[in-house]
Formats: sequence, structure tokens, C-alpha cells
Amino acid sequence: MDSESTAPPLARRRFIELILGTGLIASAVSFVYPILKYMIPPQLPDFGNEAVLASRISEIKPNQGMIFRFGTKPGLLIEAAPGEYTAMLAVCTHLGCTVQYRSDLREVWCPCHNGKYDIQGRNISGPPPRPLEALDVQVRGDEIFVRRKAEG
Amino acid sequence: MSLRARLKQWVDERFGWEALTAPLRKKTVPLHRYSYWYFLGGMTLFLFVIQVITGALLLLYYRPGADEAFESVQFIMTQVQFGWLVRSIHVWSANLLIFTAFSHLFSVLFLKSYRKPRELTWMSGMVLLFLILGFGFTGYLLPWNTLSYFATKVGTAIPGQIPLIGRPTLLFLRGGEDVTGATLNRMFGFHVAILPGIATLLILLHLGLVQWFGISVPPKVENEWKQSPDSRREMRFFPNFALRELMAWYVALAALGALAALFPWNLGVKADPFASAPAGIQPEWYFLFMFQSLKLIPAKIAGLDGELLGILGFGALAAVAVLVPFLDRKKPFDTSRWITGAGVLVLAYIVVMTIYGHFAR
Repeated sequence: MDSESTAPPLARRRFIELILGTGLIASAVSFVYPILKYMIPPQLPDFGNEAVLASRISEIKPNQGMIFRFGTKPGLLIEAAPGEYTAMLAVCTHLGCTVQYRSDLREVWCPCHNGKYDIQGRNISGPPPRPLEALDVQVRGDEIFVRRKAEG
Repeated sequence: MSLRARLKQWVDERFGWEALTAPLRKKTVPLHRYSYWYFLGGMTLFLFVIQVITGALLLLYYRPGADEAFESVQFIMTQVQFGWLVRSIHVWSANLLIFTAFSHLFSVLFLKSYRKPRELTWMSGMVLLFLILGFGFTGYLLPWNTLSYFATKVGTAIPGQIPLIGRPTLLFLRGGEDVTGATLNRMFGFHVAILPGIATLLILLHLGLVQWFGISVPPKVENEWKQSPDSRREMRFFPNFALRELMAWYVALAALGALAALFPWNLGVKADPFASAPAGIQPEWYFLFMFQSLKLIPAKIAGLDGELLGILGFGALAAVAVLVPFLDRKKPFDTSRWITGAGVLVLAYIVVMTIYGHFAR
């Protein structure tokens, strides 16, 4: 083929390539998009403001902490002084280990990196960057209920 | 230098581009009136790859176990975005895969591509077909619904009737006396680990053999080509045939998407080991011809257990099918036509029994 006659066909070829290429890319996107969406785990039904039965007064003693189930996460209930309860999420704000109450120190302690919080869940030593998420406690009869703090 | 040229150079300096791509450039596909049948093997391979991809995706959410399996599939179908699509494509692709594998088998049989030197290609292909049926059978139980529960009960009871090896086989397949959560775990293990492992190795062997021997030309066409050498036509595998195959795959993917979207697969009702089997219960279509045969066979034939004879008959047929390349010989008489005839008969039997089984109540 000589050089003069190549100009128009090349323009046409370019056009065909563009059409086909766009189609191929569009269909490739339509194959990959559902797969990427599929891999995002669906949100589990949120806990909302439901109150959870954490424990009973008869089951916890002063200066003692216990772990309870709060939705999909562990919660920590502490009887700081007789009849005085505090509750928080037991998820360390550093890297997410489950914390525990140390009655010998009267502190909340995370064994993973020796993070420490006070009895209200405020970070006082070690790597934790933030306080533990505090929860509202309500005593009804013998039962101790816990719920998320209202926003704001 | 463009990125492409630099990449090529990078590979060339290390592995030798010419040597690496030589098999691709050398490989050709014979062109004749039966050439379209050459697409079936590649199509089966493509559907297998789709199964691997969608299967891996399903594994992200599926949980084996009698208490969780049904619920997790339900979760995939209703909660996970495009979960219904992924599962339906997996099931549709499985069905089409079995269909193309059978079509591939019969096209190779009728085009006589199994003959020397391709005996091992044929045999590895036959074993792959059995593995595919095994995939179908083991995967069927995984959603743990009523149909799959009873299908597995019946399907594992059938080999259990064979003398001597029957009972150990049944215990091996069920992981106990009955179909329970233990069976489900076992089928899951077979389906996602053992069978894929063996199948992958066999596919590599199968493809390696196809590459080694080149693509077979049917004897009829070969004769015509011998008489007039000018009529011999070939197509380069790469890129000419590969692009055509790719186009076929593209269409197949679109068909899968359409089938899955328009006819998503049911989940059914959760299996209850203490409920009666539902009326009109049937296996999947690819087991239907055997199912119907066993239903029709009399209880006693010449004093022998009829059902057992049927089971052994199908076993013998499978064994003969594996050995077909060695039965095709010139001496003491030419068996080639007999094999084609038997192939037509078997194909007709499968088709008729499948249709009959579908409509029989």
C-alpha cells in the first residue's frame, strides 16, 4: 500500500478501534463492578439504641469487671464502688484487642500493648489514642441494662 | 521506547521472547467443514474458569454445616450485593459446563480424534468428565435444601448397593451411616479442595497433550486432503483462532449473565432429615437418564437384582468409554464403524431417556 492511500482508511480504522475499544472497556467494567460490589460485606443490622441486659446485680461484686455481649462487640461492665456501675465498649482504641478490668490496679488494662484506662474508660497510659466508648447504664430491679450513649 | 516494547525487551532478555512464543506461532488449527466442533473444548475450559472464579467468590460467604449452610446461601441470595447473580452464574455455568463437556466428548468420538496417538488425551478427558459429574453431585448438596438432601441420600445409596465395596463406599461418601452435617462437610471438602486439585492437574495434562500432538483432522477430511493436497487449509492458532474463541467466550459470558438475570436459581426449602421426600423429586437433568433407567428396570432379571444390574451396566459402559481408543482397531476386523454406531446409540439412549425422565411422573 502506498502512503497517499493510507490516510482515509486509517481514520476509519481509528474510528472502529475506538468503538470496539469503548465497548470492550464498558463490558469489562460491567463484569468487574458486580464482583467488587459482591466483595463488600453487607452491613449487619445495627444495634441502634436497644438496651442490652449486661448482667444482674447478684452476679457482679464491687471492684469487679465483667465482659458481656453488646451486639457484635464485647462490652465491659464494672462495679466501681458498691452499687455504682460503669460500662464501656471493651474494644481497645489502639488496635482493637479486648480489654479487661484489673481489680488490683483499679484500672482497665489492655494486655496486647500494655494500654491503660481509668475506671471511666479514659486513656491514662500506653499507646491508646482515645478513651473507650462509654455506654449508658440503667438498673431496673436486679437487672443491669446497657445502651449506647445518645448522640451529641 | 514504548511501554509495550520495553516489557517485551524485559521478557526477552530473561526468557527469550522467540523461544517462549514459538509454540504459539507454530500451532495451527485445521480448517474444514467440521472446524466449528473445535470450539467445544475451549468453551468447556472457559466455563470451568468461570466456575473457579464464582466458586471462590461464593466461598467468601458460604458456611458449611447443617445449621448454617442453607442460611448462608440465603444470605448470599438476599443480603450480599449481586450475590444472587454470582450464585446463579455458578449454577448456570455448571449446567452449561456439563452440557459442553458431553458435547465435546461426542464430537471427539464422532470425528475420531481419540485415535492413536491421542489415547491418553481421550482418557484424561473421560476422567475429567467423571470429575465434572462429581463436582455437580457434591456441589448440589451444599445449599442444604430438601431436593439436594434427598438427591444425596439416593445418590450415595446407589453405589452402596454394589457387593463388597458398596458399604465402605457409602460410609466414605456420607461420613457415617446417614446423610447428616458430616456428609455436608465432606461434600464441601470434595467440592472445593479435592476435586479442584485433581481436575486442575488433569486439565493441564489434557491441554499439554493437545498441544503436544496438535489438533486432530477427521480421517474423512484427511483422505480428501491426501487426494487433493491443494484443498488443505489451516488457520494460525494465534491470533486468528484464539480471537474467534475469545469472541465465543464473550458471547457465552453474556449468555450466562442473561440466563442468571432472567432465570435466577431457586434456593428451595431447608432440608429436614425427618420430613418425607417431596412427590415428583428428580435428580438434575444430567443424571436423569440413569435415574429413569433405574426406575424402569424390573426388580428381578433372571433371578438377579435388576437395579444392581443397571448400576453395574452403567459402570461397565463408563469403563468401555474410557477404553474406546484401544477398541478402535483394524484387526481382526475394522471396528471404527461399530464404535461410531455404538456412539450414536448411546447418545440416542441418553437423549431419549433424559426427555422421557423429564416428562415421566
